[in-house]
Amino acid sequence: MSTAGEATAAATSDGATSDGADPDRDGRHQDAGDDLAVATRDLTKRFPGGQVAVDGVGLLVPRGAVYGFLGPNGSGKTTTIRMLLGLIHPTRGEVSLLGMAMPRESAGVLARVGSLVEGPAFHPQLSGRANLGRLDAADRTADPATARTRIDAALDQVGLLGAARKRYRAYSLGMKQRLAIAASLLQPRDLIVLDEPTNGLDPQGTREVRALIRGIADDGVTVLVSSHLLAEVEQICSHVGVMRTGSLVFQGTIGRLRARGAARVRVRTSAVPQAQTVLASLGVCDLEAGPQEVSGQLGEREPEHICRELVLAGVPVAGLEMVRPSLEDLFVELTGEGFDVER
Amino acid sequence: MSNGETPGAPLPLADPPGTGGSAPAAAGRGPQAAAGGPATNGTVGERGRGLVAGNSPRRPAAARSWLRLLASELGLIFRRWRNLALLAVLAILPIVLGIALRVTAPQGGGGPESSFLDQLAGNGVFLAFIALTIMLTLVLPLAVAVVSGDSIAGEAGSGTLRYLLTVPAGRTRLLSVKYTALVIWSLTASLVVSVVSLITGVVLFPVGPVTLLSGTTVSLAQGLLRLLFVTLFIAAAMSALAAIGLALSTFTEHPIGAIAAVLVLAVASEVADNVPQFAPIQPYLPTHWWLSFDALLRSPVATGDLARSFVSFGVYALIFLSIAWARLTTADVTS
Ligand SMILES: Nc1ncnc2c1ncn2[C@@H]1O[C@H](COP(=O)(O)OP(=O)(O)OP(=O)(O)O)[C@@H](O)[C@H]1O
Ligand SMILES: [Mg+2]
Repeated sequence: MSTAGEATAAATSDGATSDGADPDRDGRHQDAGDDLAVATRDLTKRFPGGQVAVDGVGLLVPRGAVYGFLGPNGSGKTTTIRMLLGLIHPTRGEVSLLGMAMPRESAGVLARVGSLVEGPAFHPQLSGRANLGRLDAADRTADPATARTRIDAALDQVGLLGAARKRYRAYSLGMKQRLAIAASLLQPRDLIVLDEPTNGLDPQGTREVRALIRGIADDGVTVLVSSHLLAEVEQICSHVGVMRTGSLVFQGTIGRLRARGAARVRVRTSAVPQAQTVLASLGVCDLEAGPQEVSGQLGEREPEHICRELVLAGVPVAGLEMVRPSLEDLFVELTGEGFDVER
Repeated sequence: MSNGETPGAPLPLADPPGTGGSAPAAAGRGPQAAAGGPATNGTVGERGRGLVAGNSPRRPAAARSWLRLLASELGLIFRRWRNLALLAVLAILPIVLGIALRVTAPQGGGGPESSFLDQLAGNGVFLAFIALTIMLTLVLPLAVAVVSGDSIAGEAGSGTLRYLLTVPAGRTRLLSVKYTALVIWSLTASLVVSVVSLITGVVLFPVGPVTLLSGTTVSLAQGLLRLLFVTLFIAAAMSALAAIGLALSTFTEHPIGAIAAVLVLAVASEVADNVPQFAPIQPYLPTHWWLSFDALLRSPVATGDLARSFVSFGVYALIFLSIAWARLTTADVTS
């Protein structure tokens, strides 16, 4: 099932969501291009081994969004991000970044995109500052006169200024990760793509990175951040895309993801069979009886109404509550229960 | 060719600093960002415009930014301990050789460099030719193989290649910078050998007018000029080898593999060059013309051999740079 239409709706605010509609075929994808920082169509990657790591993905990241790109290990997040940035060539499909076609216009668009892909990678024999200098030297749009200031500002932003002269070899995992984030901040950007930016960070570091992402987003920069940590995504993201074995199984605002979770009503009572009868007569389905409690799908019914009917029918109600599945439950529902990597 | 760079440029070297992907890139960014208006979020659009307004007047010229990347590349090569050790070896071996030859006063005899050896006792300048000849069989190719094989493979293996490409450094542009740096490295390595051996020769042996292989005698200044040309000739030979190394380097993430492949190739070619059965193909071997620098030590200069040598170097460089370019601009960077 594709819910890719949702992000388009959010971006164009035309309100017309069409669950399951293919945004590629109805042409809205093209119209919405200007409002999308990232748009892909039918993005597919088959590796030489024959494995289809990414299969027909249609990412739609509205400008200004903080987009959480979720999925279990091996679901194809990094592969998708590599294709967005022109590091690997899609087997099929198209990518547009900031309204420009990738990889055809990569020279023009990538300078406006900061990125961290699959962990930090730098020259171990160089200091943190020298490593950023190396990347800045590679950027044909960078002004060498301001290099030192920009490098130090980026280091300062990630709290690494104190360790700027230390060799990268001697950095801790978290310091390395921070340096990679600093590299994405060397220039003013319109889009920042971060692949698991908090990997290996301590709780302080994780919080700081979250604050950093919020700060970046407040400046109007679009952020695409991949993660398998739900808590992280929940706190900072306005939009979510969920991958499973190479396919995008959900895409939309975080509110929509929450709304997917069907609320259940749970009644605590000593008269379980009686309560079951009343609930069934109210049309509550999927009933589950436990010791001293009954639960079922709330659907469109008001909990107050159910409570009144129970009491009127003489069921002793010790407690009644509405339960929404946590984001984690939703995530597990979308991506499967199994611990094993699915392929 | 989907990387969007100079699809028409057949070769990295046909993409000098000023041209290539940079010009369309510069043109591409302005209008795009200036048209950033339609964004729903006003601040985003304004920010886009502000960004470009602030940036474009100070955008460095393409040539200047290319040189900046070259400087960074040279910094990486020449500050690396391993490479400095290689240069040290290139400097020490001629000194050892000079001392050894001084102690065991040369008698002449067999070997390809016998004519140089015969003259050494009378003229220290010949130590440079002897040292270059000896180093050319293994140590100079080794120095070139190590740095060229590491060139792309090292960055791919450590993952820094993906960050360079997303900067974006530009695949063609990066390759042109990498190869230029390798040419400079080849030149440096050759110069170290000839300068150190010249100084050693001057210190240990008498110096005077130089008798060429053809029997004519030229002034010392003439002789030194010819040594400079010989050094440049060898640098050209090593640059062709570096192109092979660079090409092999684009096929792997393991620098050791590329380095070993270059060395095996060079040694195999040198061996084949000395086996009479291979005579028909010998002129086409990559190492066949390396020792033809003696063409420069004749009067008049043996221009035929010289031309054939440079054609060989040029063709090898061209072929392997094309391979490197074709590979790097289409390769998936998955490391
Ligand atoms: N170079 C490659 N060659 C072959 N298969 C690959 C390659 N890179 C990735 N894959 C496969 O593609 C699938 C998706 O990998 P990817 O790295 O995109 O996952 P991911 O979502 O980023 O996972 P994680 O959360 O662990 O980072 C995996 O099954 C992986 O084995
Ligand atoms: Mg990943």
